[in-house]
Amino acid sequence: MSRVVIGPFNRVEGDLEVSLELDDTQHVVAARVNSPLFRGFESLLLGRAPLDALAIVPRICGICSVAQSVAAASALADAMGIRPTPNGLRATHLILAAENLADHISHFYLFFMPDFAHPAYAGQPWFAATAARFAAIRGSASAQALPARAGLLKLMGFLAGKWPHSLGLQPGGTTRALGISEKLRVLAQLRECRAFLEQTLFGDTLEAVAALDSHARLTAWAADRNGDFPAFLTLSERLGLDRIGRAWDRFLSHGAYAGEAGPLFPAGLWQPGAAPTALDPAQISEDCHHAWLVDASGPLHPAQGQTRVDADKPDAYTWCKAPRYAGQAREVGALARQLVAGQPLARDLVERHGASVLARITARMLELARVLPAMEDWARALVPGEPYCQGGSLPDDGAGAGLIEAARGSLGHWLAFRQGRISRYQIIAPTTWNFSPRDASGQPGPLEKALEGLPAGPDAPPTIQHVVRSFDPCMVCTVH
Amino acid sequence: MSAALRILWLQSGGCGGCSQSLLCHDTPLPAALAGAGLEFLWHPSLSPQGGGEALALLEDAARGAAAFDILCVEGALLRGPAGSGRFHILAGSGKPMTDWVCRLAARARWVLAVGSCTAYGGLSAATPGNPLEATGLQYEGNTPGGLLERDFRSGAGLPVINIAGCPVHPGWVMDTLAALALGELAANALDSLGRPRLYTDHLVHHGCPRNEFYEFKASAEKPSDLGCLMENLGCKGTQAHADCNTRPWNGVGSCLKGGYPCIACTEPEFEHPGHPFLETPKVAGIPIGLPTDMPKAWFVALAALSKSATPHRVRENARADHPRVLPAQKKTGLK
Repeated sequence: MSRVVIGPFNRVEGDLEVSLELDDTQHVVAARVNSPLFRGFESLLLGRAPLDALAIVPRICGICSVAQSVAAASALADAMGIRPTPNGLRATHLILAAENLADHISHFYLFFMPDFAHPAYAGQPWFAATAARFAAIRGSASAQALPARAGLLKLMGFLAGKWPHSLGLQPGGTTRALGISEKLRVLAQLRECRAFLEQTLFGDTLEAVAALDSHARLTAWAADRNGDFPAFLTLSERLGLDRIGRAWDRFLSHGAYAGEAGPLFPAGLWQPGAAPTALDPAQISEDCHHAWLVDASGPLHPAQGQTRVDADKPDAYTWCKAPRYAGQAREVGALARQLVAGQPLARDLVERHGASVLARITARMLELARVLPAMEDWARALVPGEPYCQGGSLPDDGAGAGLIEAARGSLGHWLAFRQGRISRYQIIAPTTWNFSPRDASGQPGPLEKALEGLPAGPDAPPTIQHVVRSFDPCMVCTVH
Repeated sequence: MSAALRILWLQSGGCGGCSQSLLCHDTPLPAALAGAGLEFLWHPSLSPQGGGEALALLEDAARGAAAFDILCVEGALLRGPAGSGRFHILAGSGKPMTDWVCRLAARARWVLAVGSCTAYGGLSAATPGNPLEATGLQYEGNTPGGLLERDFRSGAGLPVINIAGCPVHPGWVMDTLAALALGELAANALDSLGRPRLYTDHLVHHGCPRNEFYEFKASAEKPSDLGCLMENLGCKGTQAHADCNTRPWNGVGSCLKGGYPCIACTEPEFEHPGHPFLETPKVAGIPIGLPTDMPKAWFVALAALSKSATPHRVRENARADHPRVLPAQKKTGLK
């Protein structure tokens, strides 16, 4: 037996340390995930005016900033008993989707793909071309991907003032009412994004990608196709990434992009071999047994949750709490959203070999292909002249919850206030779910589970890196 | 051509948003840096090296065995609990990030605090009682002296360069780095709070798209209204130093263009405004915070005069989210 510590874990958002116990064949027996930075936003918010959350929570995270804003605005709207106006809801969807899709592009090109330019693969026949295209910083892909990402985020310039850290997302809608000129320019920006996705990333139309419905069709589609996602699929086939990275195979989604005909992606729970079931937020709790936090009360629902430091606690190894649903660890993210939504390709991949590196990456690609057309619809549906934001009043005492989907998965804010001041604010972020530590019963978090059995000795290929990055962790959100 | 300046970038008690903002730069970041004569020695979100390889690189830099030029720190420095620095141990190293920053700052030719939390503490220092013991690099709020002493000077003889903002505009960072590479950033290029004057010689108010509403004190009353946000909604654009309304964000935007107030995020202690962010504190109906450089009596007198002269169009549109009364079209042409 030996122990390996990997840190700083580069090319993820924020600081991450992974500790691995290896057996004599240099395979992982147990993994422990440490989020080594604590900032305490939940305490920072105490005593503030409730609407101050709109200025503070985006600053939890520079990459999920809008998602944090939308969750807070949604929790405040819940407490006020109001809903955004129709234009406000479409604009909110556009802003959140722009961030989510930009994050998917950043993840694929900046964080995930450069691992295939690792020197451990230097002997592979595909190495030279892959490294030229995807190597960190110097690969040719970033010169195309960064402008595409920046172009998508130009939507923020029109709709939300700026990104990150907008104050434009309010409980009753958004603060920037678009006229016809801006609406047309948003549509033009979306056309540019579509062109990048279709010509550079996929080598096919978004509609054709969204219609892929099985692993076999995906493999056939990728053969001899020019595009960065097809290039990844070829690598995945050669490296067996469809069989690597399985966690608990239990998935959760809060549901995303509400509309008159129901959400684009519904809320729910799913696991292989069973029909989706409804989400009951009362079943969510957080366990602090292995976090440097006081856990005298045992697991608590976030509406009763607390965050108090206990820096010398024995057996603790991270600042991250362990969220559980009905006592079970759950995986969240684009894959969970697509599985709950019944997307056939995502279902086929997971039914065959469980959640894998291939399944997680493919789910993000499916979202790019499915959400951009929805954005085009929302933008076309904006009605210049009709209101983007409605007013509302906060009672002196109240409470609310905002359960939304960020790029990386389910994000929840639970707030309570008394005499016009915040008395409790609890947040569960996507990577809090995925990179949670063990709980009091010893149940590992999803990443901890996913790393078990993988090769990790000094001569191993970067398999651990592929699996960790397949979750697209956001560590600054994780502990917040 | 001389060798590129090497940038070593660390992230600590912040959100990573300044790096994310930097990636929105008009020119793709690798090309923009290379073109200006700069390169990353290491950036945690972008570089190929991780784990032991990254630690070896940092250790070599810290003990002077590997030369670098510019240390960029992103995020407040967390000295707690009880001075231990354990609120942020650099992953894999077992050592507090504060130790790493002190060692590396001593080797750098220039030290840049990227973002307001790095410069002054920012939101990371805003928890009541500051249990994180968070501080800026060379300031604690408005007070000189942070993790580094107030008389700290980097190898090139400058104090910490405070690229304040929450987040920073990508142009503020790229222009500061490019100025360093050109040899055109001397002590007189920094303002009294250590910020590059290339963006803090301006006020956010300059170029504000709501200027006509400001002139006539035609004020917004609720979020999404078109009027001036100073009287009711907490806007500090007339006092905050930055060029946000003349240097567009994300191609076309700014806070004011986005319909919400400036919260003065480039200023020390913006996180503690002493009032809710979206409300303007007033005494006898007059906002407490008046425009920089404006004598108070004159402001009050002019405000009263301009309010009495507000055109119907401006008054009506100030309280709507799109223009309800359009500018008149004269049949006689412009005069």
